[in-house]
Amino acid sequence: MDMPVNQKAPLNGVLRRGQYTEEQLAALHRRMSAAALRRRRIKTSVLVALNVVVALFILFPLLYAVSVSLMTGSELFTMDMNLIPSAPTLENYLRAWAQVPLLRFILNSFLVAGCITLGQILTCSLAAFAFSFLNFKGKNVLFMLVMATMMVPGEATIISNYLTVSQLGILDTYLVLILPSLTSAMGIFLFRQFYMTFPISLYESAKLDGCGNLRFIVRILLPLTKSAIGAMSVYTFINAWNMYMWPLLVTGSQEMRTVQIGISMLDNTDAQSITLMMAGVVSVIIPSMIIFVVGQKQLIRGMFSGAVKG
Amino acid sequence: MNQLRQRLAEVSPYCYLIPCFAVFGMFLFYPFFKTIYLSLFLTDKLGKAKIFVGLKNYSDLLTSESFYNSILVTLIFVVIVVFGSMLLGLATAVLCSKTFPGIRAFSTAYALPMAIASSGAAMIFKVILNPTIGVFNKLTGLDINWISDPRYALICVAVLTAWLNSGINFLYFSAGLGNIDESIYERASVDGASGVQKFFRLTLPGLSPIIFYTLVVNIIQAFQSFGQVKILTQGGPGESTNLIVYSIYRDAFFNYKFGSAAAQSVILFLIIMALTLVMFKVEKKGVKY
Repeated sequence: MDMPVNQKAPLNGVLRRGQYTEEQLAALHRRMSAAALRRRRIKTSVLVALNVVVALFILFPLLYAVSVSLMTGSELFTMDMNLIPSAPTLENYLRAWAQVPLLRFILNSFLVAGCITLGQILTCSLAAFAFSFLNFKGKNVLFMLVMATMMVPGEATIISNYLTVSQLGILDTYLVLILPSLTSAMGIFLFRQFYMTFPISLYESAKLDGCGNLRFIVRILLPLTKSAIGAMSVYTFINAWNMYMWPLLVTGSQEMRTVQIGISMLDNTDAQSITLMMAGVVSVIIPSMIIFVVGQKQLIRGMFSGAVKG
Repeated sequence: MNQLRQRLAEVSPYCYLIPCFAVFGMFLFYPFFKTIYLSLFLTDKLGKAKIFVGLKNYSDLLTSESFYNSILVTLIFVVIVVFGSMLLGLATAVLCSKTFPGIRAFSTAYALPMAIASSGAAMIFKVILNPTIGVFNKLTGLDINWISDPRYALICVAVLTAWLNSGINFLYFSAGLGNIDESIYERASVDGASGVQKFFRLTLPGLSPIIFYTLVVNIIQAFQSFGQVKILTQGGPGESTNLIVYSIYRDAFFNYKFGSAAAQSVILFLIIMALTLVMFKVEKKGVKY
């Protein structure tokens, strides 16, 4: 409401020429701002409505899966429209959890994804530290080598990797699930990107005070780059949780199956098992979804603060 | 003593690289060269290289109709996936570019597909596309057996993959939109530019670096899709969804033709590498920073 005061002088000029009274002018002003407000409100509601439609479209497969998982088999098998269960039941979940050891699968996946995440943070931060704080021969060549690994699709090496681990006799163990994923070029790149913005003087003064490199990493560098670690953890954990091809190849026994392979055991198209299958799918999507929703802010802040400005 | 210490200081930087290079060495560099080596041999059932055949695995592939089919199917698949997922990501990012009540919830919804596994998503789509009870036929009133029809199976897998990949694209594009200077829009508004003009003249050029980055990442990712094919179609019906990665898997672990599978892996790598290099060449010309 400061605007009219600022515009008083020119408005007065108009006033004299157009013979408007103060009241008329004020009324006009109110009408115009009301119109602007209405326009803004309409714009916002259109935007919200559009977003609701698109969000429903994007989330539809998930919502439908939840809905089916709460239906009874007979309710699903009709020709009528059945988007929402008429009598929601958790029975499918109880039966799915009884039929396959879902808890075991989930624990396996948590263990594997947790170890991979921890391992990647460790190996990537050490390597990124060397690449950004230390000087040594061949640094650039080695860094290019790391970046070049991003170009090699995992599928191009998967056969040889399978042959390697089967020769080592470590098939069907946690080790074989974890080991190949213990480092990643993306992680090194992300951490290096963060460390490059880190004041080098802090490193030098720590060094003068007799702080060793390892202690510098643990006590100063890691605590100060928490957002990068957060982003990296969320991203790595979700990817490890969702791994499919490698666990499919290297696990054989039911005890070693991870969730993604485990739920395919529920994959059956006979009448009763579709609802069961959806209950299983929803059960294993929930953990990764929770981690994503909780960590989303970290992920965005860490991934995009300078890392992919193009 | 001093000399020893100096030596130590020279060597110590490499120690920080040992863990990561040990893993890379064992599971990336070594298998990479071993794959090339294997592709020159006939193997036994355990994957041991037995008979050196030179480039015969490659020449067999290049004369096999099935392999050309795989390449063609993969290319169509990649085009649909990349186009679909980028469009979806861009549209959702634009929808969330101006703040409004509830924007946090909507952004989470748009990014959510990135948290979902290909296997779980494939099982959900299997139900949605089920010809008798699936909700898709019911909603559209169609009566199509989507997954068992060679005309539609590939599109189904591609749409599923586009949906899965759209989440991270939303994040990329949102970050890109956040980097565009707001004031250019204001100036354009003053000059009387319409919303559509602003989008094509300001938003898209402003996004071009991130569009390029996303394109590269998406193409590489799309080439590697596997779980959804394995669960939804197993490469079928016929060979209509036999993507190259699935074909590698089938040759190696069902037919035990490790040599041929290795040759396909090498070709896959070469295709991705060539595409990446071409894109970087194009980028130098086309992308404005």
